[in-house]
Amino acid sequence: MFSNPVLQKEMRQRFRTFRTPLAISLYLLIIGGLYLGYLYLRWHDMPGYYQPGRGRDLFLTLSMVQLIMLAFVTPGLTSGAISAERERQTLNVLLVTKLTPMEIVAGKMISSCSFMLLLLLSTLPLYSIIIIYGGFSPGQMMGGLGFYLITVLLFGSVGMACSAFFQKTGSSTVAAYGIVCTIMAGTALLAGFIYEVGRVPGPGPDRIPLAVQLLLDLNPVLVMLRILGENAGIGQGRDLALPYWGIYTVFCLLASAALLAWSAARLRPSATRAGITWRQ
Amino acid sequence: MISAKGLIKRFGQTVALDGLSLEVEGGSVFGLIGPNGAGKTTALSILATLQPPDGGAALVGGRDVAGDTAGVRGLMGYMPDFFGVYDGLTVYEYLDFFAGAYRLPGAGRGRLIGELLELVNLGGKKDSYVDLLSRGMKQRLALARCLVHDPGVLILDEPASGLDPGARAEMKEIVRQLGRMGKTVLISSHILPELAEICHRVAIMENGRVTVSGTVDEVTAASSGARLIFIEILEDAGGLAGILGQRRGVCLAGSGGRWIKLFFSGSKEEQGMLLRDIMAGGYTVTQFHEVRRNLEEAYMAVTGEGDGRVQ
Repeated sequence: MFSNPVLQKEMRQRFRTFRTPLAISLYLLIIGGLYLGYLYLRWHDMPGYYQPGRGRDLFLTLSMVQLIMLAFVTPGLTSGAISAERERQTLNVLLVTKLTPMEIVAGKMISSCSFMLLLLLSTLPLYSIIIIYGGFSPGQMMGGLGFYLITVLLFGSVGMACSAFFQKTGSSTVAAYGIVCTIMAGTALLAGFIYEVGRVPGPGPDRIPLAVQLLLDLNPVLVMLRILGENAGIGQGRDLALPYWGIYTVFCLLASAALLAWSAARLRPSATRAGITWRQ
Repeated sequence: MISAKGLIKRFGQTVALDGLSLEVEGGSVFGLIGPNGAGKTTALSILATLQPPDGGAALVGGRDVAGDTAGVRGLMGYMPDFFGVYDGLTVYEYLDFFAGAYRLPGAGRGRLIGELLELVNLGGKKDSYVDLLSRGMKQRLALARCLVHDPGVLILDEPASGLDPGARAEMKEIVRQLGRMGKTVLISSHILPELAEICHRVAIMENGRVTVSGTVDEVTAASSGARLIFIEILEDAGGLAGILGQRRGVCLAGSGGRWIKLFFSGSKEEQGMLLRDIMAGGYTVTQFHEVRRNLEEAYMAVTGEGDGRVQ
């Protein structure tokens, strides 16, 4: 994997410029500022007073802020991967080498995900503050980290596919944010709508439609809250054999694999003949 | 080495290539000339495996450009008309990246890159950042990139476009040297006199097809059925010009005090008769010879882009 020339070049370019430490600093500043601001608001009127439940609140807050940041940064990292090569007029010379389209896509994807992983790891000191207060288990923390990794993979793949489809990076970025926004909020809204439409008034527990269960399992916000032990969902009962995190993981992996394979197919010479390209 | 037969390429309603055919022999430098929109770049990008043709077939080194793209890419170096470079990479790293992309082993890359940089006169720029190089240097670096995997075939699309005269001369010399190294070079350009100097054969393209093809001399001759003839006499040329202007197969190109230039579309025998008739008319002919037309005039005649068209 590390012998991929595209990956080596991307890493070299990414970590050579001052923009990388600047991006890490900004990321930490925003996420740390929000977190520490929240911490101050919760404690400033009750000094010396300790409540174990507050540690849990902090953990949830930090995790939510992290997820929102991740949804902003990851598509932005990959939505220009291919389209920027087109705009810079470097794609053609790359395509006439012996590199396969999948190697090009994989090199760029791994490079972007590595950077995102670095951003996630750089927030560990903030988590260490929460550990002082307690209120969550190490398993939940590891589950949260695993959740972030597969979410980065999904959002990164969405950005990569948009980048392969659109000619301009601007269009690609807007489309990638639109799709990520739909995944983050649209799935929950649609689940709520389907549930309300199909709900039968009366006594007894509600029957949750399978589509609603699936949509809830695909929503990153709700999945993360459930990993962290919150009761985030609609009603009780479950018809699916896989647990919610299993459904989410399978969805992320399959969708990412399909999007990356499609992105690579877009780079093949016959793609412009067989497919559609959005020229804006 | 390069063979295209009846290539067709359409973009919507626009026909970019309309049955293009050409043959490039191994070890030769072949020039492709044509006005903007003639289809040169489309033809070269098809040969470089970047887009499939809608019809016809093309072989590079005996391999089908549509069916065996990996095979063609292994033995061909391609330099597009417009290209960018990567920010934040040195000249050495840039070439090292492409050496990796062509799967060259790590050992020996340093020596290879050094040799390539010497070939394109960038030996002193090894540690310079590529985005800070001048346009001429970037063009030469792109040429070095094309050569990194030692391909037998080079497809160069307008390699000298946008360069100053000095940089163009340098690029021309490098291409000439590549020809001496036995590379098969297919090059497109608008700078016709320079192409005429470095190409063994040329083809003029118009409306997606080759109009004329052959050696520079053949293309020059074929571009017009007429020969440009210069005549000098001791007498006043005005009277003779009036007589010759009425003669069949003659088109006056100009005349002065004692000279006349004319296009003559007859055979060599008829040309001899023309000289005999002038002398029989009492004129003392001091010069009577064909003026060799250059490739640029031939191009103008074929494409109708200038006054050189001879009816």
